[in-house]
Amino acid sequence: MTDAIPEFKKTEATKVGITGSALTAGIGSATRKEIAIILAVAVLVIGGLEFVLWAYDVPQYILPRPSLIAAALVKEFPLLLPHLGYSMVSLLSGFTIGAVTGMVMAAIVTQYPLVEKVVTPYILVLVTTPMLALVPLLILRFGFGYTPRIIAVALAVGPMVMINAATGFRRTDSAKLALARSYGASTLQIFWKIRAPMALPMILVGLMIGSIFGLLTTVGAEMVGGGFGLGNRLTTYSSMINMPEFFAVILLLSIIGILIYVIFFLIGKKWASWET
Amino acid sequence: MVVKLAVRNAGKRYDDLEALKGCSFDVADKTIVSIVGPSGCGKTTLLWSMSGLHSLTSGQVDLDGERITAPRPEIGLVFQEANLLPWRNLMDNILFPFEVKHQTPDMAWITHLMDRVGLTGFEKRMPRELSGGMQQRGAIVRALSLRPQVLLMDEPFGALDAFTREEMNRLVEEIWLETKTTIVFITHSIEEAIFLSDRVIVLTKRPGRVHADYPVNLPRPRSLETMAGREVFDLMNKIKADIYGMSSMRPRSAAE
Ligand SMILES: Nc1ncnc2c1ncn2[C@@H]1O[C@H](COP(=O)(O)OP(=O)(O)OP(=O)(O)O)[C@@H](O)[C@H]1O
Ligand SMILES: [Mg+2]
Repeated sequence: MTDAIPEFKKTEATKVGITGSALTAGIGSATRKEIAIILAVAVLVIGGLEFVLWAYDVPQYILPRPSLIAAALVKEFPLLLPHLGYSMVSLLSGFTIGAVTGMVMAAIVTQYPLVEKVVTPYILVLVTTPMLALVPLLILRFGFGYTPRIIAVALAVGPMVMINAATGFRRTDSAKLALARSYGASTLQIFWKIRAPMALPMILVGLMIGSIFGLLTTVGAEMVGGGFGLGNRLTTYSSMINMPEFFAVILLLSIIGILIYVIFFLIGKKWASWET
Repeated sequence: MVVKLAVRNAGKRYDDLEALKGCSFDVADKTIVSIVGPSGCGKTTLLWSMSGLHSLTSGQVDLDGERITAPRPEIGLVFQEANLLPWRNLMDNILFPFEVKHQTPDMAWITHLMDRVGLTGFEKRMPRELSGGMQQRGAIVRALSLRPQVLLMDEPFGALDAFTREEMNRLVEEIWLETKTTIVFITHSIEEAIFLSDRVIVLTKRPGRVHADYPVNLPRPRSLETMAGREVFDLMNKIKADIYGMSSMRPRSAAE
């Protein structure tokens, strides 16, 4: 009987080991193949676009060739860099304010079912209202500086984060709460050690969607008013019909968007991978 | 006989549903007592009341003659389905109680327990990387890490396959032989109840109360041979008859 247990352990050890290595090997080989396919498709799409635009002699003001866009990005980059900085200030400040408010409100509201029922319709209204529509109003009140932009971004990010975080905080698992209580955990400990980690995957989803909405709102607000930021560059270049430069800014914005996505993907992989 | 836990006229009502009513029994110190009963008869309710996790509507549970009103460090709890926190690795799960209590863990004891249940080398694994049996063994280590005097187990092996379940039963007995922790064990398996226990308590249908109370006087450590004896066979049939007798479904006689 006593030796039955180590033997048992051994079989399970190999089982876990095999699935572990099979999994990593599978991902490794698949990734290499996938990368090859992704690159091939990218070359085909960009090269094909370049060729078609060149062959049909499409004028620049309709759609500049990819090579011209890339060249414009390189040439204009020193000029665009400060504007990138201004946009990041609006985005990061608005995002931080919105995200923190959204998370705190979600944590509080989900503790009181009645409060949640009362508040949710308003949050839904905020989620579905395009905050860009408010920018002219905000500019009237706060001028052409950062303030109206940051407010608009925070208003776009906050409700989005809140609604997702609330879904996370609502996932109460009574057995896990009971476990914590059985060791005499305080309400605060239960929040930080059970509720918050349980909500984390949904919070990350909220932060990711929120940051993308934040980026859109930042650029939109910059297009509406004020003399700085990447959105302002878009309006300027398009009014001067500088299409390669215009698309260079669009390309820069796509890169930022993808970076945001990658950052949250990596955070999720590190901190929320237990979910899958 | 020293009484460790005393359930006195325990009653629990959830709104208009009476889960327990007039349930009384004692658990002697350093013994294993199993509780069986029809599904939904209030076993979990009873165990949670014994752990201090929720309060009774009437009656009380005493630990060493003192009424239990809140969770106590002397009482360890093992839940159905392991209940490890999926975002923590195995060792961090086991250290969870110490973290909550701001206590320094007794690493020598924990290492010994890990070895005892065959989990050495798996400390850094995430729960999803462990089999159901390994997860439940981790949960047992977590519950024993604080050296409780009483271990309450709520159908801990209900979700495991028959083979793993037998291994786990032997493990519980071995741990008991080593620590002499008083164990209250809820199960749906009459065989498991007899294998493990010094006493098997049968509860009635809801509202649960004690229907029968059978001593199990078999030598330890128990084995397949012990379980194949006439005495065990008779006891098993008695308990089965008790439980069938409560339900509308009766065992068929040969004439049917
Ligand atoms: N928190 C609760 N609120 C309301 N009713 C509850 C609650 N917990 C349990 N009950 C009800 O009380 C009765 C007893 O439940 P309990 O879980 O104690 O039974 P059990 O014997 O453990 O059942 P099982 O064998 O299925 O595990 C059931 O009818 C259940 O639906
Ligand atoms: Mg139960």
